[in-house]
Amino acid sequence: MDVLTENFSLYGKGFLGTVELTVYASLLALFLGFLMAAFRVAPVGSFRVFGTVWVAVLRNTPLTLLFFAVLLGLPRFGLVLPFKVFAVLALGCYTSAFICEALRSGINTVPKGQGEAARSLGMSFTQTLGDVVLPQAFRSVIPPVGSTLIALAKNSAIAGAFSVTELLGTYKTLNELGYSIIWTFIWIAVGYLIITLTISALFNVLEKRYGVAR
Amino acid sequence: MTTHALHGDLESTALYDIPGPQAQRRHFLYGILSTALILGLLAWILYLLFDTRQFTAAKWSPFTYEGIQELLLQGLGNTLKAFAYASLLSLALGAVLATGRLSVHRPVRWLATLFVEFFRAMPVLVMIFFIFVALKVQPLPALVAGLTLYNGSVLAEVFRTGINSVDKGQREAAYALGMRKTQVMTFVLAPQGVRAMLPTIISQLVVALKDTSLGFLVTYEEFLHAGKLIASNLDYDLPFIPVVMIISPIYIGMCMLLSWFATWVARRERRSLKTRAVEVADAEPQTVLPGR
Repeated sequence: MDVLTENFSLYGKGFLGTVELTVYASLLALFLGFLMAAFRVAPVGSFRVFGTVWVAVLRNTPLTLLFFAVLLGLPRFGLVLPFKVFAVLALGCYTSAFICEALRSGINTVPKGQGEAARSLGMSFTQTLGDVVLPQAFRSVIPPVGSTLIALAKNSAIAGAFSVTELLGTYKTLNELGYSIIWTFIWIAVGYLIITLTISALFNVLEKRYGVAR
Repeated sequence: MTTHALHGDLESTALYDIPGPQAQRRHFLYGILSTALILGLLAWILYLLFDTRQFTAAKWSPFTYEGIQELLLQGLGNTLKAFAYASLLSLALGAVLATGRLSVHRPVRWLATLFVEFFRAMPVLVMIFFIFVALKVQPLPALVAGLTLYNGSVLAEVFRTGINSVDKGQREAAYALGMRKTQVMTFVLAPQGVRAMLPTIISQLVVALKDTSLGFLVTYEEFLHAGKLIASNLDYDLPFIPVVMIISPIYIGMCMLLSWFATWVARRERRSLKTRAVEVADAEPQTVLPGR
């Protein structure tokens, strides 16, 4: 119990580190995932191939390997950035593959007739996409995107093991200070639960407000 | 990456009409431009690789030594060993937990639910570290235990969904024939449920295979660990990039093979008359937390 009260600032720093990592990586993942989903449904072949390869490779890459390659590999390439930026890059790219798949299946849930109807009303491609297809697709992808972002928050623990300031990483310092390991981990677990439950609650609200009842 | 996705099945999209001759010419132009852009990007990366002298003989020489090849193979063997243990144990745990969650006894159900929800909400790495550091367990058992707890919990939900997807009449008919609860489960529900969920189960095993690489972080001597050893060798001028270039295709290849197997099974099942009606969800990402 004392572990938390006596090292509140350390825990706080780790907690905020995880939150920060999760938020930035989520933004990157949503952006890249959206881009790749657009690529994968595009009429131009090379875009589709690029999107498909991106998703297939990143979905099948162990995240530890990706962190290994990005955090330790890119500096050898002559690219030196703060560790945190590398971690956001690795997490964001990895998660973007899953976001892309969620969005794509969301677009697939919109009945074909909707797009055909929109076009026969004389709507342009952007209007069809922006006014008819995407609003419906977004509503059906809220739950899977939420789960993906929860998975992202949990995966951020790997960054901590690669010495980015993050919640799991705090155990090392506390271990050296000689605190009870079990309690140290219990508070780390609570920290992660707070983050994942918050995301879950947020997406529950979003789903209630915008979700489609089917 | 199926041919279906690659050639993007133009018929079934709600987004645009089948392109006419003019649009086709325009798309062809876009195609050429974007291909040039991608090739340019690849060329730039290649230039960077040469520029930072990643292809010098010194950096690639370690891979010609038998000792180092053996080290890599041993690492790969250890990865596969952890995967084998973790997948077998998580299938077993998943079966037990699914039985618990489907139990008619309320306390059993609650306990199983609590267990499943907790272990799905925790990062796998935290569990592995907890077992490794706090319980002072050896790296391999710690890794396997962590993976088993997590994947077992996810598989429990997969099994449960599969069993619930079996038509209600099947259960009723089995009871009407005078079968007992266990018989209904083992002879009627479980075989059909597992069959329906087979692609999802295999996809979850891909997750387990990917996660064996977490063993690297608890000093388990797996594939990545072997790579790190070679990469940090000064005698070979720190061949980090070559190591990544050798290890990644093998890792990604193994996972892709398993993923493709899952897709293949799914496609075969879709054609099969016995399981046609069941639509299965992706195994990862999952995390359905309490309140959902």
